[in-house]
Amino acid sequence: MATQIIETRDLVREYKKLRAVDHISFTVEPGEAVGYIGANGAGKSTTIKMLTGILRPTSGLVRTCGRDPLRERIALAREIGVVFGQRSQLWWDLPLQESFTILGAIHRLDPAVARVRSGELVDLLEMGGFLSTPVRQLSLGQRMRAEIAASLIHRPRLLILDEPTIGLDVLSKQRLRDFLGAERREHGTTLLLTTHDMGDIERLCDRVLVVDHGRLAYDGTLSGLAKTVGAERVMVVDLAPQAGHEGVAELRDIPGAALVGVEGEGTRQHLAFDPQATSAGAVLAAVSARADVLDLAIEEPDIEDVVRRIYAASR
Amino acid sequence: MAEPAGRPTLSVGERLRPYRVILGARMRAQRQYRASFVTDIVGTLLVGVTEFAEVWGVFHNVPVFGGLTYGQAIVVFALSNLCFSLADMLVGHLDTLPQVIRAGQVDAYYVRPLPVLAQFMTSDISLRRIGRLAVALVLLVVGLAMAQVAWSPAKGALLVLSTVSGTVIFSALFTVAGGAQFFLINGPEFTNGFTYGGSYSAQQPQPIFPDPVRIFWTFVIPTAFVAYLPTIVLLDLPGDGFVPRWLAWASPAAALASCALAGLVWRFGTRHYQGGGG
Amino acid sequence: MTRVLRTTALLVRSGFRQQTTYRLALLAGISTNSVFGIIRAAIALATVASAGAAVGGYDARTAAAFVWWGQALLGTINLWGFSLVADRVRSGDIAVDFLRPVNPMLVYLAGDVGRAGVGLVARAIPTLAIGALLFDLAWPPGMPSAALGLLSILLAVVVAFLGAFSLNLSALWFTEIRGLRLAWMVVGGVLCGLYLPLPWFPGWVQSVASCTPFPSMLQHPLDILSGRIAGADAVSAVVSQLFWVLVLTVVGQWVLARGRRRVEVQGG
Repeated sequence: MATQIIETRDLVREYKKLRAVDHISFTVEPGEAVGYIGANGAGKSTTIKMLTGILRPTSGLVRTCGRDPLRERIALAREIGVVFGQRSQLWWDLPLQESFTILGAIHRLDPAVARVRSGELVDLLEMGGFLSTPVRQLSLGQRMRAEIAASLIHRPRLLILDEPTIGLDVLSKQRLRDFLGAERREHGTTLLLTTHDMGDIERLCDRVLVVDHGRLAYDGTLSGLAKTVGAERVMVVDLAPQAGHEGVAELRDIPGAALVGVEGEGTRQHLAFDPQATSAGAVLAAVSARADVLDLAIEEPDIEDVVRRIYAASR
Repeated sequence: MAEPAGRPTLSVGERLRPYRVILGARMRAQRQYRASFVTDIVGTLLVGVTEFAEVWGVFHNVPVFGGLTYGQAIVVFALSNLCFSLADMLVGHLDTLPQVIRAGQVDAYYVRPLPVLAQFMTSDISLRRIGRLAVALVLLVVGLAMAQVAWSPAKGALLVLSTVSGTVIFSALFTVAGGAQFFLINGPEFTNGFTYGGSYSAQQPQPIFPDPVRIFWTFVIPTAFVAYLPTIVLLDLPGDGFVPRWLAWASPAAALASCALAGLVWRFGTRHYQGGGG
Repeated sequence: MTRVLRTTALLVRSGFRQQTTYRLALLAGISTNSVFGIIRAAIALATVASAGAAVGGYDARTAAAFVWWGQALLGTINLWGFSLVADRVRSGDIAVDFLRPVNPMLVYLAGDVGRAGVGLVARAIPTLAIGALLFDLAWPPGMPSAALGLLSILLAVVVAFLGAFSLNLSALWFTEIRGLRLAWMVVGGVLCGLYLPLPWFPGWVQSVASCTPFPSMLQHPLDILSGRIAGADAVSAVVSQLFWVLVLTVVGQWVLARGRRRVEVQGG
């Protein structure tokens, strides 16, 4: 048995003339949490489909849980859970509870075992209130929780999530991230997730794979990624006008921060800083010494932006 | 983890449990919307009745049609309808595959530890087809009474055998059509001619067809085995000698051949899907 | 008046254009129609052969022509109805239709006539050619009959559309019109002559049919095109179609007016 949960070597997938996945090689060890990011159409979904036996690679090798996903699809399906954020795997017109019962039977769990497991998931994901509601009537947040529970009912070793937090509000996102983090800590479940949300990566993943135009552009830690592309954060401060002045003087020489934008005569200023070199607190303290801070926000680089920069850097 | 792979000790009941659970849930769901369920049953009942109106209309004008009397023709019609409505009830939802493919729901089937075709087949059961089934059953009884069958154990066995084989043949046709949806554009329009057309041809006394057509419905798409051939033997008719009478007993072979074809087309279809053409 | 005509012409054209993109669907439709054509023609011919003479006025050639014209026109005449308008009622989009300065019935009719035009050229002619290749078909006895047949097809398209349109609008009052649509399809299928020529059924069925618009949707054009009826009989068939166009237009407009009021009251 291979020790890696996922192994791909020179994986290629072509659609007619288009090469959606172009010689991608990586491995994932048990218990890792890996973010798989890239722009739309970069090849994320195609990779996931090859990892799960839905799509045949044009060439190259792919092993998931040590298995050939195409040949051993059924055995593999017992060991992995997959959540497609956009497409439901639940039974649309049946009460939610039925979906869990059916999935328990599909995975040939003992009914008593399945009941205990689904009860546990219902508690953890707080789904008790809508267990008897038909799936099509659930809100997006409720449905995503249900999708994740459904893919975990058989205690898979690997959980693959395709855009699990897309469209969710901040609170729902946070809840899902907490749950997935706990699931990984307690059961050692390996996580592979694609996302457009940098927050998902920061809170959940200790490793990031960036795919761009079908190629693997980066494989490493998130902080390493930030270093590579200089992914700085931007602090936006709203400042009170100084007495007798039209506006606020520009904050040119804050240590560790660079002024990247000024609005409204200096009443709103954007300061970029590298979180590795300084802290948000230090920057704020320096700003406060110069002016009255009325409000502030910290903007994180979005994934499209990071990917764009990686692409520019690799040229 | 659920359980170790490769479990030779699994009993048949255990093996079928997932499908039983799915179908149970589906049946409960259908009966929940009582009003529309009743409408649907009445609807399929009406469809069965109007299909029969054609036989009735023909015999309003002539006493013998394709070498059969009214009662004999009713047996052919009813037997074929019985098999078709059973197949339609069991796997008729394969018709909705194009929508499932378009909605991207096929992927969910691939990540479950069961054969994809078995999952599709058991993903629904259309209880509403009971209306049409009822029409077929009533007509079968009426037809057999009118035709005055000289019953024997062998004939009873043939009736059961033909019903099972006929249901399998139509189910296989639905499966062929379903598998074709993976690689055909506007697939249903193409395949309807052979599923619904096949059912329509099976209702007819086969001698009405020109020879090439008869060969097609006997040896290419074997719908002649569903009703006409068994009826000839059941009712001790001479037939017209186009094919030997004993062929009526070969309906399981025709059913098996249909299944083989269905398996091939389905395999080709899902391969095509995995090849990225879906 | 010219403005209305121009609008209608534009709408017909766009309906036409929408359809030509589905060439493969047409091919598929032709193949299915042909399979059924072969089976239906075999039934009709076997009946005529068994009777030893013409049945209900159809000999072998007119019976075969009746069947194949029927299959050919399936893609032209909307016998099974449609659910587009009912869907718009359910989604509430119908209110938008009511706001347009053109009569909604005219808009949808124009689209349907465009669709029918494509069906006639792309689907009916090839299907009929296949039928003519495989079977000996009768043809209209002369140019007047042929012209009358074409007019009869157009009227059949309009009658079928108008009936389905009113049925669709009834979704404004009934939450579920699936049962109604089903009844329309099932009863209509028999009474329009699709399965068997109406004269083959007992007299009382024909009497019931003549009180409905269904024969105007298929039986009449098929009779004219297969040459079973000609001259005064053909003219009277077309007149009866015109009658049903009139009746269903009045019904449609009445339903539309009531529906408009209902939407206004409910606030769309």
